[in-house]
Amino acid sequence: MKRVSLLAALAFGATIALSASSSDTVFAKDKVKVGFVGPLTGGVSANGIGGRNSADLAVRLRNKDPKAKYEYELIVQDDECKPNIGVQAATKVAADKKVVAAATHYCSAVAIATVDTYHKFGLPVVVWGAVLPAITYGNDYKEVHRVNGTMINQNQTAAKFMRDLGYKTWAVIHDTTDYGKGHNKFFSENLKKNGGEILATFGVTADQQDFTAELTKIKELNPDVIYFGGLTPIGVRVRAQMDKLGVDSLFQGTSGIVSDAFIKGAGDLGEGIVAFREGAPTAKLPGGKFFLEKYGAEKYDNPPEAYGAFAFAAMNLILDTIEKEGPDRKKVRAALNGTKGRDSIVGEISFDDHGQNTVALITKYVIQDGKWTVWEDSEYASGKRKLARQK
Amino acid sequence: MDIGFLAQYLMNGLMLGMIYALVAVGFTLFFGVLDVIKFSHGDVLTVGAFAGLATFLGLEAAGISHPAIQILIVVIVSIVLIAALGAVIARTIVLPIRSAPPLNTLLITLMLGTVLREAVRLFYPQGANPQPFPALLPTNSLTLGNFNLRLDNVIMLVAGVAVIVGTQLLLNRTKLGLAIRAVAQDEETARTMGVNFTLIVLITFALGSGLAAFAGLMNGLYYNEINFGMGLLLGAIGFSSAIVGGLGNIYGAILGGFLFAGLQTIGAVALPFASAYKDVFAFGVIIAIMAWRPTGLIQEKISERV
Repeated sequence: MKRVSLLAALAFGATIALSASSSDTVFAKDKVKVGFVGPLTGGVSANGIGGRNSADLAVRLRNKDPKAKYEYELIVQDDECKPNIGVQAATKVAADKKVVAAATHYCSAVAIATVDTYHKFGLPVVVWGAVLPAITYGNDYKEVHRVNGTMINQNQTAAKFMRDLGYKTWAVIHDTTDYGKGHNKFFSENLKKNGGEILATFGVTADQQDFTAELTKIKELNPDVIYFGGLTPIGVRVRAQMDKLGVDSLFQGTSGIVSDAFIKGAGDLGEGIVAFREGAPTAKLPGGKFFLEKYGAEKYDNPPEAYGAFAFAAMNLILDTIEKEGPDRKKVRAALNGTKGRDSIVGEISFDDHGQNTVALITKYVIQDGKWTVWEDSEYASGKRKLARQK
Repeated sequence: MDIGFLAQYLMNGLMLGMIYALVAVGFTLFFGVLDVIKFSHGDVLTVGAFAGLATFLGLEAAGISHPAIQILIVVIVSIVLIAALGAVIARTIVLPIRSAPPLNTLLITLMLGTVLREAVRLFYPQGANPQPFPALLPTNSLTLGNFNLRLDNVIMLVAGVAVIVGTQLLLNRTKLGLAIRAVAQDEETARTMGVNFTLIVLITFALGSGLAAFAGLMNGLYYNEINFGMGLLLGAIGFSSAIVGGLGNIYGAILGGFLFAGLQTIGAVALPFASAYKDVFAFGVIIAIMAWRPTGLIQEKISERV
């Protein structure tokens, strides 16, 4: 009995002490946690680190803003671009009740695997890089939003554009994750509509090393173009092995290879590779100059990469919403769902009833002299250089 | 089918088969002398490839840029280092638990493999990312119709054959080889005949690990890329190749390696399903062969079932 009362007295004392200390710091802002999840290690880590830095930039700028109501802390998790690791990372972020919202995932296979987790924990998220349509359209979860576009639009543009250049036959290599399968499906559908012919389709594992058998088969079929639906690491391998086997078809990629890491990996063999991505290049975005300046000022080790601006916009949208609604998951979720015509550095953000931002603009890219160049600005468009097998 | 394409498929398969065979020979050697299965073999290969890459970067930093000197030093350093690593593993991990059930060795080396793999991932700078491997061999190529014959592939194939033939000669024509074979056949008798048992085991593990390092370098030069997880699948394939050929028999391991590469190529090209299933197909056929000939295609003279 004595001990209990002693404990109670201690607890009482502690409570008084605590309340006293908190009244001392009445002018300090409340701390609010926000999350970021992306691939920080593994083959596509360049994109993940670029995204992480960009989200970090949004948080830093907000914390410097004297008008901000809260002080934000960024919780970063690595999903390694692997669905099983991604679910663990998502659970860690979502289970922390202090995290109000998160900007999540570059890899589609991971993003689609984690939507259930976010829904279960009621954590509002804004996807910043994954392009698989089903992430937003495959469910009715109110927690999931996305600022970047889906792969449907980029493949529509890709099929039409390539046919207009006069290419007739394709071979498809895609990875067998949801990401690669999605690209294969939407590109094949659209190519058929535009009258192109697919001679063969090869589904490959996402960490396959050897493509010589597939590529020799492709060499035999002799298509005009090899369409590659996958991410940077195996994209580099396919391109390198094409050269070793003397395959001279044009290499056409998707948004998954639009990264500085791809150019670094492919080296000289990158010249004249085409790829498509939703949204304008970072420098040409409405707030692109502002973003790149601020990014440069923070002296990050890595470039923001292709989706950095989207990660920044996703985090900024989250911070804006928390400022307005307070650090409450439910209120933030409801407010995010109602986002319409919100200004951001990637242009206006409006979510439809699935939380999907409508990005109509697709940019066509070609690698020219070791840089992803917008097609219209390239020497390939002006006719000075020619793509492989262009007539 | 056009003869050029056939030659191309054959060349692709030979390159793969050579890498698999080199790994499989290691498994067979270890099983031969100690009747153990060392599952860290694939990851030892990874460490070998990374040691080679680190040596190359060191040479670049030191200003030595002649490709012939570079490749020579890279190969020597990597093989010597990994041979030493193999001997250390044998001395500290495999030999002490020799009288324990074989399952213990299998499990402990499986765990050692994970340690090696994660060590490369964590301690090599940016180790989680694929690392570009330099093309140190001349890349000239000869186009014969539809067949693209590359000089570096030819050099690697010839070097691989030389290494395997060399290993074979070492085992069959030298005193050291005689001692290894004696230990493999009957440890007790070999000891009474004056063979230094421990030394022979260490040499055998060094030899097998050196072969793995060679295979790792070959893999790096062929694909111009290495990553921390590459040993996992190569280890599994090498092990299956050794088993299907007949564990303990060096010819069996070589046969198994090329058989596996051939199956993969057929799985990717000639069968009507996604080429992602080529490994499923290859391993499936291996299982079928194992059911048909449990002791392997070429049996050890005194066969032991695993």
